[in-house]
Amino acid sequence: MATTLYDKIWQAHIVEAKKTAETGEEGLMYIDRHLIHEVTSPQAFAGLDDKNRKVRCPKRTFATMDHSISTRSLALDACGPTNKLQLQTLAENCEKHGIELFPVGHQKQGIVHVMGPELGLIQPGMTVVCGDSHTATHGAFGALAFGIGTSQVEHVFATQTLKQSKAKSMKVQVNGSLPIGITAKDIILAIIGKIGHAGATGHVIEYCGEAISGLSMEERMTVCNMSIEAGAKAGLIAPDQITFDYLQGREYAPKGENWQQAIAYWKTLVSDADASFDTVVELNAADITPQVTWGTNPGQVIGVNQAVPSPSDFADPIDKDSANKALSYMDLTPGQKLSDLSVNNVFIGSCTNGRIEDMRAAAAIAKQGKVAQGVTAIVVPGSVSVKAQAEAEHLDKIFIEAGFEWRLPGCSMCLGMNDDILTQGDRCASTSNRNFEGRQGRGARTHLVSPAMAAAAALAGHFADVRDYQ
Amino acid sequence: MTTGINIHTGSAMPLNQANVDTDQIIPKQFLTAVTRSGYGKHLFHDWRYLDQHEQVPNPDFVLNKAQYQGASILLTRENFGCGSSREHAPWSLDDYGFKVIIATSFADIFYGNCINNQLLPVQLTSEQMDQLFAIVEQDADAQITVNLQDQTVKVNDLSFGFDIAEQHKTNLLKGLDAIGQTLELDDKITAFENNLPQWQKA
Repeated sequence: MATTLYDKIWQAHIVEAKKTAETGEEGLMYIDRHLIHEVTSPQAFAGLDDKNRKVRCPKRTFATMDHSISTRSLALDACGPTNKLQLQTLAENCEKHGIELFPVGHQKQGIVHVMGPELGLIQPGMTVVCGDSHTATHGAFGALAFGIGTSQVEHVFATQTLKQSKAKSMKVQVNGSLPIGITAKDIILAIIGKIGHAGATGHVIEYCGEAISGLSMEERMTVCNMSIEAGAKAGLIAPDQITFDYLQGREYAPKGENWQQAIAYWKTLVSDADASFDTVVELNAADITPQVTWGTNPGQVIGVNQAVPSPSDFADPIDKDSANKALSYMDLTPGQKLSDLSVNNVFIGSCTNGRIEDMRAAAAIAKQGKVAQGVTAIVVPGSVSVKAQAEAEHLDKIFIEAGFEWRLPGCSMCLGMNDDILTQGDRCASTSNRNFEGRQGRGARTHLVSPAMAAAAALAGHFADVRDYQ
Repeated sequence: MTTGINIHTGSAMPLNQANVDTDQIIPKQFLTAVTRSGYGKHLFHDWRYLDQHEQVPNPDFVLNKAQYQGASILLTRENFGCGSSREHAPWSLDDYGFKVIIATSFADIFYGNCINNQLLPVQLTSEQMDQLFAIVEQDADAQITVNLQDQTVKVNDLSFGFDIAEQHKTNLLKGLDAIGQTLELDDKITAFENNLPQWQKA
């Protein structure tokens, strides 16, 4: 029987299978890689300790500090005593259980979904979990990667497995090549806009088509990262030569004879040509324009030159009601042009867009002008390694010269668990992944965009079409 | 987890909104704690309080309405619990006093987190939810009975059936220790590890 990439990874990881008439395939899934951070692990470690249980495979587990840390100081207490306690708790737990930790200041530290791939910890065909919904990022390598809750973190610690039910499959095919000025962020926002904020709930997405296979690994990670914003359990892209070239020579990637064996296996990780999917969605790359979210969920998105929609544009009563609430929270009026909308904050960074290519794309726009008066713009590299590479290319100087702040790596203003938070009424062009109410600060308004679009908004002081800059 | 849940009867809180994300259920500033308890007072913080120090309740928000105090069932709409995987969301709902959440649909990670915290997620159709909202908005004291064994929701003379996966149902009914169960399969896990090609071994 023809099988999908998801089927193949599933099959290779089921320790014990069960099949029931009502719910389909269930099984105990082996987990190859477990990434942890300070926010969703302390209660899991405490649960282990309560029952005198051990971490079964510390060597499959890697930890970093990212969510609660300052982007201005390496001091653990820079964001107050509770953040410090959480960070110290992670350090103590990792020490106790023999888990490798990349703490603040370490050369391998970074946002968990930036750090893992750049070290070669994520490889095709793996199962990867983390107590963080953006774990879907790692699907860019053809790994089955998904976010889990803290009880499941504890389950993986103790057993290196998870009980799983097989999800449905969805193929998202993006045909043709991308127009100039259109990025991976625009692709994924356009997909979410098309299928909706819950359009892929219960599914694992496989992204394919010419526009996807032409993307670099950094760009593929941006696409897979936001799978959860369409409700998907995970997003996958079949590994190919671009994947292998990215991995070769990375610290934790296989070497020598192991590399040869790995490549031979990885090349089998594709969906069969005649494999069937539960749902199929197609987009034409040529139709995608620079995307900007106008509402309070990532599915509420339009092209930069489209007018803000009216609730009456939506047939579904729930969409209509959501639009009404979103327009009110975002302080927008139907028909408004985005280019008339002033921003006073710009955030470039996050696990969605904090990689070196994102820094380069933003810098290419930043060097064309100065940050507009009244705009605070921060650039937060996704890891120490990204920061070092950007500085080697003098991108930091371009940003600083243009009036951007150049910060230390971390999750930062994507969710504001540190002091990078906005206040009531602020309007932010953000390269992050969620535009929920209050996400970046109580009463603050978030518009999701690509790094180049964020940099263009910083210079213009309002949303601007990045294609006018190239 | 040792105690199971089966039949629950209580009054309901009508949160008539779709796409309630976990940032709304429990905002990030409360995620710096290292324990599982004490989140109930921060539940729906941004909507529930007019100030960030939680001194001024928002009188328009349903959690603050006198007639719904003591509710143990939350009624809500599509895609409840979307967004972040934070298990602090079910912890805060549970700590506030909710035992059952009835919605049109749930986000996947949140649904699993509820099961792992003995919080029963019940999915009904949009029309059935309309009926429940109408009843509870008219009579805040209406007693809803949720029977997990029978997979039914009953109120007044209405009775709705609901679906739940067998493994989730068993875990909720028996309150099983999921890790303890899996540890009984230790030999199989070890055999799986031993069968991995050398380059995939830890």
